[in-house]
Amino acid sequence: MQPRYSIFSLARNALNYHKDWERAWRSPAPKAEYDAIIIGAGGHGLATAYYLAKNHGITNVAVLEKGWLGGGNSGRNTTIIRSNYLQDPSIAIYELSRSLYEDLSQDFNYNVMFSPRGVLMLCQTEHELRAFKRTAHANKLAGLDCRMVSPQEAKEILPILNIDPQCRYPVLGAYYQPRGGTGRHDAVCWGYARGADQRGVDIIQNCEVTGIMRDGARVTGVETTRGPIKAKKIGVVTAGHVTTIMDMAGVRMPIESQCLQALVSEPIKPIIDCVVMANTVHGYMSQSDKGDLVIGGGTDSYNNYSQRGSFPALEHTIAALVETFPILSRLKLMRMWGGIVDMTGDRSPIISKTPVDGLFVNCGWGTGGFKSIPGSGWVFADTIANDRPHPIAEAFGLNRFAEGRFIDESVAAAVAH
Amino acid sequence: MSKPRRLSSGGSRIDRSSRVSFTFDGKLMSGYRGDTLAAAVMANGQRLFGRSYKYHRPRGVIGLGSEEMNALVGVGTGARHEPNARATQVELFEGLAAVSQNRFPSLSFDVGAINNTLSRLFPGGFYYKTFMWPKVFWKHIYEPVIRKAAGLGVAPEGRDPDSYEQIHVHADVVVVGGGVAGLAAAEAAAVMGARVIIADENAVLGGISDLEDGTIDGAPQAEWARAAAQKLYDAENVHVLTRATVVGHWHHNYVMIAERVGDHDPAIPKSGAPRHRLWKVRAKQVILATGALERPIAFANNDRPGIMLATAVRAMVQRYGVAPGEQGVVFTNNDDAYLTALALKEAGIAVQVVDSRARADGALPERARAAGIAISTGSVISAVKGKLGVEAVKIASYRKGQGRVVSERSAPCDFIAVSGGFNPAAHLWCHNGGKLTFDEGLQSYRPGSHADAIVAVGAAKGTMALADIMAEARAAGEAAAKVALPKAKAAKLAKLAISEDARKPLEAIWFAPATGKYNEGNKHFVDFQHDVTVADLELAQREGYESIEHTKRYTTFGMATDQGKVGNLNGLGAIAEATGKTIPEVGFTTFRPPYTPTSFGAITGSLTKKLFLPVRQTPVFDWHMMKGAVFEPVGQWRRPYTYPRDGEDKHVSIAREILNVRNNVGVLDASTLGKIEVKGPDAGAFLDRIYTNMMSTLKPGRCRYGLTLNELGFIMDDGVVVRFDDERFLVHTTSGGADRIAAWLEEWLQTEWTDYRVFVTPVTEQWAQFAVAGPRARDVIAALKPSFDVSHEALPHMSFVEGTLGALPVRVYRISFSGELSYEIATPANHGRALWDALLQAGAPHGILPYGTEALHVLRAEKGYIVVGDETDGTTTPDDVGLSGLVSKKKADFIGKRSLEQAHLKAPNRKQLVGLYTENPEEVLPDGAHAVAEVKDKPPMKTIGHVTSSYLSPTLGRSIAMALIENGRARMGDVLSFPLDGKVVRATVVDPVFYDKEGARLNV
Amino acid sequence: MLTLVCPVCGAHGDETDFHAGGQAHIRRPASHDPEHISDQEQADYLFTRINPKGLHFERWRCDRGCGKWFHAARDTVTLEFKAYYGITELPPPDIMAQARGAWADYFKARQKAAAKAGAKS
Repeated sequence: MQPRYSIFSLARNALNYHKDWERAWRSPAPKAEYDAIIIGAGGHGLATAYYLAKNHGITNVAVLEKGWLGGGNSGRNTTIIRSNYLQDPSIAIYELSRSLYEDLSQDFNYNVMFSPRGVLMLCQTEHELRAFKRTAHANKLAGLDCRMVSPQEAKEILPILNIDPQCRYPVLGAYYQPRGGTGRHDAVCWGYARGADQRGVDIIQNCEVTGIMRDGARVTGVETTRGPIKAKKIGVVTAGHVTTIMDMAGVRMPIESQCLQALVSEPIKPIIDCVVMANTVHGYMSQSDKGDLVIGGGTDSYNNYSQRGSFPALEHTIAALVETFPILSRLKLMRMWGGIVDMTGDRSPIISKTPVDGLFVNCGWGTGGFKSIPGSGWVFADTIANDRPHPIAEAFGLNRFAEGRFIDESVAAAVAH
Repeated sequence: MSKPRRLSSGGSRIDRSSRVSFTFDGKLMSGYRGDTLAAAVMANGQRLFGRSYKYHRPRGVIGLGSEEMNALVGVGTGARHEPNARATQVELFEGLAAVSQNRFPSLSFDVGAINNTLSRLFPGGFYYKTFMWPKVFWKHIYEPVIRKAAGLGVAPEGRDPDSYEQIHVHADVVVVGGGVAGLAAAEAAAVMGARVIIADENAVLGGISDLEDGTIDGAPQAEWARAAAQKLYDAENVHVLTRATVVGHWHHNYVMIAERVGDHDPAIPKSGAPRHRLWKVRAKQVILATGALERPIAFANNDRPGIMLATAVRAMVQRYGVAPGEQGVVFTNNDDAYLTALALKEAGIAVQVVDSRARADGALPERARAAGIAISTGSVISAVKGKLGVEAVKIASYRKGQGRVVSERSAPCDFIAVSGGFNPAAHLWCHNGGKLTFDEGLQSYRPGSHADAIVAVGAAKGTMALADIMAEARAAGEAAAKVALPKAKAAKLAKLAISEDARKPLEAIWFAPATGKYNEGNKHFVDFQHDVTVADLELAQREGYESIEHTKRYTTFGMATDQGKVGNLNGLGAIAEATGKTIPEVGFTTFRPPYTPTSFGAITGSLTKKLFLPVRQTPVFDWHMMKGAVFEPVGQWRRPYTYPRDGEDKHVSIAREILNVRNNVGVLDASTLGKIEVKGPDAGAFLDRIYTNMMSTLKPGRCRYGLTLNELGFIMDDGVVVRFDDERFLVHTTSGGADRIAAWLEEWLQTEWTDYRVFVTPVTEQWAQFAVAGPRARDVIAALKPSFDVSHEALPHMSFVEGTLGALPVRVYRISFSGELSYEIATPANHGRALWDALLQAGAPHGILPYGTEALHVLRAEKGYIVVGDETDGTTTPDDVGLSGLVSKKKADFIGKRSLEQAHLKAPNRKQLVGLYTENPEEVLPDGAHAVAEVKDKPPMKTIGHVTSSYLSPTLGRSIAMALIENGRARMGDVLSFPLDGKVVRATVVDPVFYDKEGARLNV
Repeated sequence: MLTLVCPVCGAHGDETDFHAGGQAHIRRPASHDPEHISDQEQADYLFTRINPKGLHFERWRCDRGCGKWFHAARDTVTLEFKAYYGITELPPPDIMAQARGAWADYFKARQKAAAKAGAKS
């Protein structure tokens, strides 16, 4: 059993130059059979395994990862955490997630640096202002701590904001969630991995799933690059690559994979102490504890598995942010990258059973995956453990598309996640 | 320490006849034109430039150019301040003001240095293990402290006064890098007639040829380079870019070059020329001649000011005539560094060489020996004395792979030139997925395969011998030109006579043993800016962060502003040694754009201020401005929201405009309204597919209101359709929807009903269109000498006539969005202002006044007319808003029809549009307020719907609201509760048509 | 950033001069037999997508050129365009032959249907 992390264990280990730290997680060989297999060791997959073990006592679990854990979108996002959505199902899952983030570091004894520094969403047209007012009223009645703020209040929260009423898209107000913020994305994956590993979950990296074994209408296991592994329950949590896996099981998905890009600036002394989103001009930004400005843009308009997006997709975002925050102009772009996101027809996720018995799928988080990791893992683990949708997952079933029961957040003035 | 270090002679780059004065941290210093800031500050006797990121250790210059990650400074002041500039690239100019970064209160005394004293507590990734208790401390204590320490430079103040621009060009061949390889490749391609762009990040071409020993045709290679560069400048088909860094390579050979036009001379941007220019080049062929970057050696305290890369030391002496110190040690594992020893000796600076190899008997070492330079082979530096600068070193005996010091001796010195070999600069190779292969000879990665039309030549490819470089570069240039111009004939280039001392192989050394038991507590840096040491990398392995991506993220190795240019391979090597893997087994992290940090200004280009998103203007926009209208953005337009008279409050002016429409007559600029002509034999049939209601049955000269759905069955847009004749329709759309609907019609026509003979022509900008609304509207039209009968009988509601008003050609649609007698009059855009003025003049006796969008919205709300986007939100069906009457039952198909049958779209409890009367008529419900099934004393409360529009109606003298409420139409008369902050507003459900239900005012 | 060539007007431009229109060859059931469409068929038409890692078939519009829609075959990993063809056409046979997985199944079905129709007439 791993010693707990603390300032004291740090001090103790400092005495002999940190030579006695144990592995954060084991590197086990796959067993022949597990009670449950999770495909994909991103945040969502690891959280699912963690809660299967912690909440449901199902510890004979393997998490299979093609590459290295946390190497997909979990390690490529802009780390925004918020729950101020419009539709009830969205509020439910994202607020569960946000509230779990509040105690996550303590829960698995790994500092994920959850930083509720506040999320400020700018309203830059009358229509957007109206839409956010509607969201604000809905959120208040749902019990969320959110409020509309005036341009002046917004500038107090974010002094570098340009609130000149004459600019192209003047800031008419903003929607503010004080307990939204950011977290350290890698730490979330590593903390879940360490926590799951400590509870007996096998995290098997560099193990690619090449086939899904079926016995008639139900799954019996998976074929992998490290041999076949049996399991009666399989959870697919592979984001942009979900179609590839589900095709192996013969289940067609309402998913398209596109490249979402993000970028960071050079590190500068703190100028932004919140997360700011400007949806009219499609840009959002925060500042990491390292000092980089972390900026997210939109997705390419075409399917893309290359993890390299097209430059124009970012140019517009940067131009928009420079217009809203003029001091950005002389700062410098340090690094840009792309992640393959899974976009559904209504841009809301899928947490669902499938037509194949024992096969479960959790995908479609698109541009909003990081903030939802704890909640997604929580309800997906419950769904797998009990072989029925968790109450919060019900709205996110695959069947909603045939029923026309969409969960459309874009109605709230095309709010980016 | 502050003794001037300028040598009495030498310095190929500087002009000793022109002095330049500048300040560093407020201290007045002087240098020469041609100096870099790094050289000039060192010439003034200072080598402390900044503090490192984590431990705040004192740091000096380490590198030669863009790879520098220690000497980052702030340049300029106020709105023209630029943080994190590399002192090795900042060119000196009169009055340059530079400041060091990340120190408090001062560079030499920095309280942050306490982190170094405590560093034993702060190994890689330490923060993941602590700061967790008590919970609230993270946000309020730990993080604020960490954030305060975060970052390097400070942001500028205010809006950037400088401008930026972008250029899009096509080129046959883009050559990246202007060293001898790049010059040779460019020349070879150019003489064959290819359009060549050669870009180099430095101010002058030639790369480091001036620091190398090889000769071409009997002369120093730098002379050949100078001549070759001149030929390129003179060639018509070659564009030479200096101070221009190729920052990125994307799909289909999209190459981005960031040119620093004005950084070296503030007069340039002040004169209005751009500060930076971003070149977006589409290249048929790309040739990477980016050279190689020298790497350091990891030894204890290898970060002290005064420790520089060997090539950088050579450049200090030979280019700038600056002595790095009085007594130096060259620490190397290869022959090239001996050139530095020789250069120092020649400049009269005492130097000895420490070579980790057992033998150093190559041509260059022999030359060094002959010059009387002491060489200690089989040796390493095991310790460095001095904090703010090197004071002495310990030299220990060493055999390959030896991990501990057995014997060592002290040696005095005040600077160290270190060389651990060279890494091909293959970053751009990887931007678009190029593969790397590990080269045993170089002990480094070099370009492997690539799917794009891109090749690497010279040191960038791992080719190090001058003769091979030149041959390879010329061949690549020729081949590139051939691909671009298949017909071009290979031109004969004169053969070159090349001579160069042969190099003996280097011997990799990833870790130099250090004084002290088991190297404990010693810091062998591999990432200087982020203070990542070999021990940190080993800790990451020990804890299971074995994937190199995990190691990187856990320790922040390679994540500094240089993105691992200098120390990356040292780290990989150290990991390999620690884990017994080979370096390829360790793997490497992806290089991503940009190659060097690139200003957001350059990426924005000219898309700022007015050009960010240009405003679309109607033909009478100027008039609105003149009258001091308050505007609101609508799509790309800005429409008059209201026209306050001097000092008038917005609400007052809006109420005035509304009542004037109800009592007299108002005029609205409706030109932004989308207008699309749909013509052709099948136009009617086509529109039947597009609209929920029947359009083919519309009679010529008549108008019909229509709804368009998307394929999901939800309302997408609405507007009045007019039929001119059998084959010609005019489709009106919402202002925001005009472009979308035009594209929508085209798409269906081209991709689904391809057999329809129909043309779709957007004509929004071709017509100015004004709504004349109010009981006296007809009098206004009549006063303008219409060529047509305006009587109710001749021109009834929902009819159309084309003719003239006086001299002006007009189309008149008798349609109404206000519920009043109303005409929308369209005239060709160039007559727009004339018609507007004529209407105001003719209307004056009737009390005509312009009204804005807000009055328009209130007027329509009083009538219960919906606005797409207010009463609908993309999940709203026609039935939801009470318009199921507009959904044809007869038509077998129209867009969205089938989806209306999906279970959820015909569910019983959907939200339906209703009107609301608040109990207190003064009380105006806020937009978006939600009604609840049951009021509780605290949330959560289940909501049953929300307010879509809410106004104080001057016409009815009370508040009105429209709302979408579950089963709303079944709740007529019910009282709903809307919990708001601290109170609950109650409102009665009523019919959404508040005014003139029978429409009497329309039919007059 | 991608470059495309419009097969209708021949314009050669950047992706910003074109408009990506998503998956190609989606049959709209309501245009053919509006009376007999199951909820699932309608949902598949609206949402279920072929999302291959590799060769893909898409709709694009020549936005800044002739304004015409056309079809393109593109690899979603290398982002290389393999072919452009008319909006009412199927891919060139050699390209169609390279289709894998769901796309291969789709084209097989199309050809079978065409053969059946041919047999009837």
